[in-house]
Amino acid sequence: MNIARVAGTVVSTISAPIFDHQRLLLCDYLKPGGEPTGDYVIAVDVVDAGPGETVLILDEGNGARQVMGKTVAPVRAMVVGIIDDIDV
Amino acid sequence: MHLERVVGTVVAAEKTPNLEGVRFLIVQPLTRDLADRGRPVIAAQAMPEPFVPVDHAIVGIVDQLAVEPLPKPPPKAKKSEARQ
Repeated sequence: MNIARVAGTVVSTISAPIFDHQRLLLCDYLKPGGEPTGDYVIAVDVVDAGPGETVLILDEGNGARQVMGKTVAPVRAMVVGIIDDIDV
Repeated sequence: MHLERVVGTVVAAEKTPNLEGVRFLIVQPLTRDLADRGRPVIAAQAMPEPFVPVDHAIVGIVDQLAVEPLPKPPPKAKKSEARQ
């Protein structure tokens, strides 16, 4: 899993049915120190995270499908936690 | 998932049977600020079955993107300041 900061939302009305009623967040990956790596990901939000929050990103298909309770779905990246504190 | 822009189409009459009925588009990966990023790739669109051997798939059309600008890195200390 990776650390990222929520930068904003993505709206897609025409999409695969698995994304119906799901919030999509654009998240900037962070280094442990908090600086952006320059890379980003669009992830399904299952924890109700908001812009500016530091979050835990799961970017692996089987895990993401488990979280959504599906065996078949074109989904990989997911916001699975809101990070309160990082100590390195 | 990532943002990509559709830049073309690919037609392949002869292909592995698993890819029958799959349509291919050429897509250019984009940064969060919609600038080109890396080389274009071929992505599958409108897959007839859930299990299709592809590594890029189009799963939605982006209508709206509301994204805060990336925070600028702090200015690097000049050498003279760093010595102090």
